[in-house]
Amino acid sequence: MVTQPSPPAEGGRDSTLEPVIEARRLTKRYGARVAVDDLSFEVRPGEVFGLLGPNGAGKTTTVLMLLGLTEPTSGEARVVGVDPMRDPLEVKRHVGYMPDTVGFYDGLSARENLAYTARLNRVPRAIAASRITDLLAQVGLAEVAGQKVDTFSRGMRQRLGVADALLKDPSVLILDEPTASLDPEGVVELLALIERIALERRIAVLLSSHLLDQVQAICQRVGIFYRGRLIAEGSVRDLASEGSRTQDIVEVGAQFVDGRRAGVDVVMATLHGAPGVASVAPEAGTSGRVLVTGAPGIAGAVASALAAAGLRPVHLRTRVERLDAIYSRLVHAAAEAPSAAPAGRPVSVPPAARRSIRRAPGRSGHERREPGNHDGGDRHRNDDHAGGRR
Amino acid sequence: MSASAAAPAGPRAVRPRPESRPPSGGWRIVAAKELADHLGSTRFVVLFIVLGLAGASAVYSVSQQIVGVAAGVRTTESLFPLLFTLSASDIAAATQQSANTPLPSFVALISLLAPLLGIAFGFDAVNRERSDRTLPRLLAQPIYRDDVINGKFAAGLAAIGIALGAVLLIIAAWGVIQLGVVPTAEDVARLVVWYIVAIVYIGFWLALSTLCSVVMRRAASSALVAISAWLVVSLFGSLLISTAVGLLAPLGASPTTSEVIANGHLQDTLTRISPDGMFQIATQAILDPRVTASILTIDQRVAVAQQGAPGSILSLDQSLLVVGPQVLAIIALSVVCFALAYVAFMRQEVRA
Repeated sequence: MVTQPSPPAEGGRDSTLEPVIEARRLTKRYGARVAVDDLSFEVRPGEVFGLLGPNGAGKTTTVLMLLGLTEPTSGEARVVGVDPMRDPLEVKRHVGYMPDTVGFYDGLSARENLAYTARLNRVPRAIAASRITDLLAQVGLAEVAGQKVDTFSRGMRQRLGVADALLKDPSVLILDEPTASLDPEGVVELLALIERIALERRIAVLLSSHLLDQVQAICQRVGIFYRGRLIAEGSVRDLASEGSRTQDIVEVGAQFVDGRRAGVDVVMATLHGAPGVASVAPEAGTSGRVLVTGAPGIAGAVASALAAAGLRPVHLRTRVERLDAIYSRLVHAAAEAPSAAPAGRPVSVPPAARRSIRRAPGRSGHERREPGNHDGGDRHRNDDHAGGRR
Repeated sequence: MSASAAAPAGPRAVRPRPESRPPSGGWRIVAAKELADHLGSTRFVVLFIVLGLAGASAVYSVSQQIVGVAAGVRTTESLFPLLFTLSASDIAAATQQSANTPLPSFVALISLLAPLLGIAFGFDAVNRERSDRTLPRLLAQPIYRDDVINGKFAAGLAAIGIALGAVLLIIAAWGVIQLGVVPTAEDVARLVVWYIVAIVYIGFWLALSTLCSVVMRRAASSALVAISAWLVVSLFGSLLISTAVGLLAPLGASPTTSEVIANGHLQDTLTRISPDGMFQIATQAILDPRVTASILTIDQRVAVAQQGAPGSILSLDQSLLVVGPQVLAIIALSVVCFALAYVAFMRQEVRA
């Protein structure tokens, strides 16, 4: 065992623990192109943090900066309390890293590949052998341990990558696009594996992905990353909560009181102009339902409007926003916002995105505790740093 | 690990523990793995067989000729090194016989093929890690970045040393049987010195091909560039040099002394830039103790002619003295190539 045993923390995220990953205003420029722009976030032990964003958002660059494999243009990082630029070896001793499209030496077996990693980490030979056996069993590759890696499928390689990252018994696990180009079944398997590891070992996991729906299940917090900037941060639930929503979409199907099904045009005519309703449209397909868009919490108003017109709702459902919807909403807002946001502000959220996160009619009390609220979150974090350093 | 052994890496594990500093020498771990890869690789086996067959056929044809000729000859020289330096046609010319094989000598073959050995173990050293996507994973382990390239270079040199050493030993042993002459201590020493110089020379090609593997993303283009360099230097090198000398310092129909000296100086200078030229001079000076014009600079030749000592035999230390500059120059070239590869690798971005 490289790490000393310690009592398991309770719950997922323990805010009394020092963060194991801290990024403070990290910026990376390649010539004129800004890959990562003023990025700040932190991950605490026992937490699974998802760094989500489209390809080219700067996720891999961020990860490489955290590992000390790329030098930030400005800003700094602390991983396990160490500056990766000052002492990259110390960081790499404690961070298990699985790069996107992880590669192995094809001519070597799974076990030999892991044995090489163990030697590079100076794991004593006797310990390494049993640890490799255990890890291969954990990731479900025990039967193919002696097979050459070039016979492995993508999913097997990814799982071997997880075993490889765990071999040094890390206190931080960084997984870059772990589910990319896996089939659905492989994704489920891998995510279950990651979740189990995070739970069992209580280590901090930083996960980057562009496949939002897949990772939302296992991330306690996510940061949405777009064009090098963190445009929103918080738990998936918080980001999807009404406080951060601008509108609701309600599916409506209705019938007349005598039981005849009300046509789409009837329902549309009834709801058009009802209080709070912004737009009405037929649902795609042949469901005969209507989609009503309006202010958050509009379902009640829709029901009363139907009743007033002598219609009985047979289907009334507010669509729950999924992470990819949140994501595209935020990214849209960020893309439309003027990019004139001055550099050098802590986590500058483009105005439109900020508005979309913050505006919550009648829910301001709830909103103040929103982790997705950037200004508040940042102030809090900056205070932390100032207090911690002085 | 078992559930109980998988003690959670809690907050205390977060702090760096100074007592767990890694021993330096990550390059040795990389080198050990690379060497194991090399020795088990097809290319090692193929090169070993090619070198072995080429060397064996050269030595066999020479030994046949020597045995035929040497019976009636009495010289103070040792016969053993001739096994490696003479070609069958040399002997045939010396004895006015017709050579039945046009094979070059063992050392000529080796100096032709040696660069190939260096290229084979270096041309995909770094770009293979990139194309296999193992480089980010490798660099995320607690080793320094230069451990990777140092380890790979050391492993390449070791593989070359093993291949060349094994071929040399096998052929020397077989030559002893063929010739029936036991090598003297000095013969062995000369062969060992030559072996070391050959490793240095191949090291230059290894460094050059490693440089190609760092600069070029594709192993195929890296191999092509390295092999082109080998062809130009090994096959056309002497041709290019004599052309340049002929153009820049021409010798007329009846050249004056100063013209000859100028011509010789230029020839010397250019030959000492070419790694191939230097290796050939070094080879001849080490393995063939006779003072011949080809190993001396024009100035040395003038001195020898004035002292009237042509055809004298160099002792081993005198041979070393003659080849010293050449060996140093080859080392310098290797260092320059490796330094370029090193710097390029250290400055490269990790991601492809």
